Amino acid sequence: MSKTNFSVIGKPLRKVDAMGKCTGETRYANDFELPRMCYAKLLRSPHPHARIRSISTERALSLEGVYGVITGADLPVKFGIMPSTEDEEALAVEKVRYVGDPVAAVAAASESIAEKALQLIQVDYEILKPILSIEEALAATEESERIHSWNRRANIQKAVSFEFGEVEQGFNQAELVFEDTFFYQGNTHLAMEQHCAIGQYGPGDKLTLWSSTQTPHYLHKAMSKVLGMPMSRIRVVATPSGGGFGGKSDPFSHEMCAAKLAMITGRPVKFNLTREEAFYLHRGRHPVKMWIKTGVKKDGTLQAMHFRSFLDGGGYSSYGLASVHYTGTLQTVAYKLPAYKFEGVRVFTNKPACGPKRGHGTPQPRFAVEIHLDKIAEKLGMDPIDLRLKQLTEPNTITVNGLRISSNGLKECIEKVVARSEWKKKFRQLPFGRGIGFAASAYISGAGLPIYWNKMPHSGVQIRLDRGGGITVFCGSSDIGQGSDSILVYAVAEEFGVNPAEIRVVTGDTDLTPVDLGSYSSRVTVMTGNAAIQACGKLKKLLLETASDALEIPADDLEMIDGQVRSRSYPKKTMSFVECVEGAEAKHGTLGATGSYTPPKNLANYKGSGVGPTPAYTFTTSVVELQCDRDTGEIKIDKIWIAHDCGRAFNPLLMEGQTEGSVYMALGEALMEEQIFRKSGLHKIPSMLEYKSPTTLETPEIETILVETNDPEGPYGAKEAGQGPLLPVVPAVANALYDAIGVRIDEVPITPDKVLRALEGRYKKISVPSFEFPPPVKWQPGEGVKVEQKS
Amino acid sequence: MRSSVQVKMDVNGEAVEATFAPYKTLLEVLREELNLTGTKHGCELGECGACAVLVDGEPQLSCLVLALECEGRSIETVEGMGEGAALHPLQAAFADLGAAQCGYCTPGILLTAKALLDNNPHPSREEIREALAGNLCRCTGYTKILEAVELVAKGEEI
Repeated sequence: MSKTNFSVIGKPLRKVDAMGKCTGETRYANDFELPRMCYAKLLRSPHPHARIRSISTERALSLEGVYGVITGADLPVKFGIMPSTEDEEALAVEKVRYVGDPVAAVAAASESIAEKALQLIQVDYEILKPILSIEEALAATEESERIHSWNRRANIQKAVSFEFGEVEQGFNQAELVFEDTFFYQGNTHLAMEQHCAIGQYGPGDKLTLWSSTQTPHYLHKAMSKVLGMPMSRIRVVATPSGGGFGGKSDPFSHEMCAAKLAMITGRPVKFNLTREEAFYLHRGRHPVKMWIKTGVKKDGTLQAMHFRSFLDGGGYSSYGLASVHYTGTLQTVAYKLPAYKFEGVRVFTNKPACGPKRGHGTPQPRFAVEIHLDKIAEKLGMDPIDLRLKQLTEPNTITVNGLRISSNGLKECIEKVVARSEWKKKFRQLPFGRGIGFAASAYISGAGLPIYWNKMPHSGVQIRLDRGGGITVFCGSSDIGQGSDSILVYAVAEEFGVNPAEIRVVTGDTDLTPVDLGSYSSRVTVMTGNAAIQACGKLKKLLLETASDALEIPADDLEMIDGQVRSRSYPKKTMSFVECVEGAEAKHGTLGATGSYTPPKNLANYKGSGVGPTPAYTFTTSVVELQCDRDTGEIKIDKIWIAHDCGRAFNPLLMEGQTEGSVYMALGEALMEEQIFRKSGLHKIPSMLEYKSPTTLETPEIETILVETNDPEGPYGAKEAGQGPLLPVVPAVANALYDAIGVRIDEVPITPDKVLRALEGRYKKISVPSFEFPPPVKWQPGEGVKVEQKS
Repeated sequence: MRSSVQVKMDVNGEAVEATFAPYKTLLEVLREELNLTGTKHGCELGECGACAVLVDGEPQLSCLVLALECEGRSIETVEGMGEGAALHPLQAAFADLGAAQCGYCTPGILLTAKALLDNNPHPSREEIREALAGNLCRCTGYTKILEAVELVAKGEEI
């Protein structure tokens, strides 16, 4: 993309849906009411692990105002987001696997009647011994102790092992070898809007589901499978979402049940989950134990790294297959690693399933790596930033595990935060109780492969031109607040040279919009943006041809700008966009075009190489300055500097907003948020009061620096900003705490009790379980790789 | 217990007579009886601030207020913030500065900020932080929200 004089891109415009959100006009799923609608509730298991002997629903069904009751027998087909690990049921058929696992659903005239009916359902459970920790899961190897029956080794959902480059040789060449262990506690998305879905089964045997989903296409597929109905008869509409962060990316029980109950009752059926239910639905950050060993030269040059991760997956697979890979794959993207070994295992436990939360599987290893490097630098007597500067990855290179890095602004990101924070004046020089810490990270702008294997595009955009000059953009993407609707409008406005206000956008409706895979993996800007530009290109060809004939100017001398088609050489030769559209429609018929985007082909070919590749990596650095009270252990963050290589600031306001939101969410994870359970399998703190998250009082001043590297694969050079900026903040907090008080906390959340224990010398090293990993998949850099770099 | 009660209140400057079951909260009556769905529910336990509305000019969590108690009260929701088609300056500032991402917390924050500015037109950033401390937002990191409120506060000085 050579264009640099943009009229829309790079401008701090309002989001296209901002007004609706500031006036109360935006209608979220729970704001929809339909005639004859009924309200549904799920009966959830009170036991973490039990076999269902029998369920009796007769009494519930006979309660006045109850329209329908269903159980597992009504929806027995298994589903799950990853095709190879479909292990969920809409309602448990034979077993429940966590407290909160749904076993029956009731639709009634009101929520309160539905709740009363739930109490009339009798379930006879045979209680089984629950598994509640990684260690317990690894020890429960007997067939009788299994949570699931489909997986090969009892309670191991997935174990992986890779060796890239000459790992043994790397460690042999190292002059010093360092080892550390870490723990990252699980936490949840806590989107302000609870999950909501409305099913309607209407005339012509067509089913519609409105849902607060982030992934309408995957939901569409899953519903077709579970309901045994062709996708052509199902319409999924992603309603404006009140926050996702990954928590609305799985197909869910309540969505399947809303559809089924609508079919049974002949009425629209709404499920609006309670806040407590949202905690149990979860799919959030995995608790991960980690072990890391790194060999370095005395000057700090990395020679080899060996990383192990142990993920507590909860009761179901969800995205777990991808999650376990993500805890290992991106370690190689920020720093040059000549040899790298990764072993990871995700276990089943009797807790709510973990899944993707902002950063999916990568905040945990980033936490470990960045603290580990900080410790190594200290032992080598180096500034931790100098240690990193020795081995930054570079643009247009391929990592030891076969990941292609295109643009790379990591060095500039480091320079920016170091200068703005006055790092050199502060590091190891602030008084006791005050400290400063640094960390860096890398993330993907969209997964390189789709969730289910297929050769079709990842994103499709359709554009319709109206003779009045109106433009409608259709795309299957779903706006979860990040501004994906706006991105489409900005791209199309830029291409046609019109005011964004002339453009309408229709998204996330499987009846109306071409497929986009969804709002996950920070993929939307790059993929929908490119698809939109391609669709515009096809229409521009027709429009410029028309204008060329009318103005008698060669098409390649024409530009579309300010609502006009204009000659570059003779700027007075113009025609309005509307005239041009009319002329083109007269000549070519109704005007419409489609565009699509598929990421570049994966470079490496080893088994497991599908997780990690992306069209473009982003890079982020963060400096955190904080105070810690030695008497109370309380931490107060004074300021955070964050520099993010976003490729191009598509709309700087939105890019900053994503960055600031990521920093905030990272602080919650670093200091307070935790998804924790009692021995009974009950959530300890399933409310917004007890599950502590930062308010305006705990969120510090955030200074955001956007670094632009103009990536060849990004639309106008843009990359992601929604997830990457979360990553460096958490370890930067831990590193700053060490600078402040001289103790290391190798886990999150870093709560006052842990700080005090550490100050008193009672903080225990994180223990990591032993496990026999499978033999590694070995791959040498360059093996089977066809290098085609865009520059 | 009576199955329904009738309450007269002023909602967004209009006299409203609503009939509802006596246990209904103000949040439920606004959303379900008056179809004012701009007021959001985030927890229904008074923990998140998403349902904040103004009752006689003071921010209240509508999920904790019995609608029955609102006889004769004046209620302001996000739908009533503007003057006709014109936006309230806070609404415009939130849109201009990107202070609404998913937008779910926005109505509650707008009204809480309005109450602050009505009482204290030129608050410091710390005062804005204090006023909004009961309104959770998971998207923005609060930065753009604080900036938007400050922008309006400064705008009035000019």
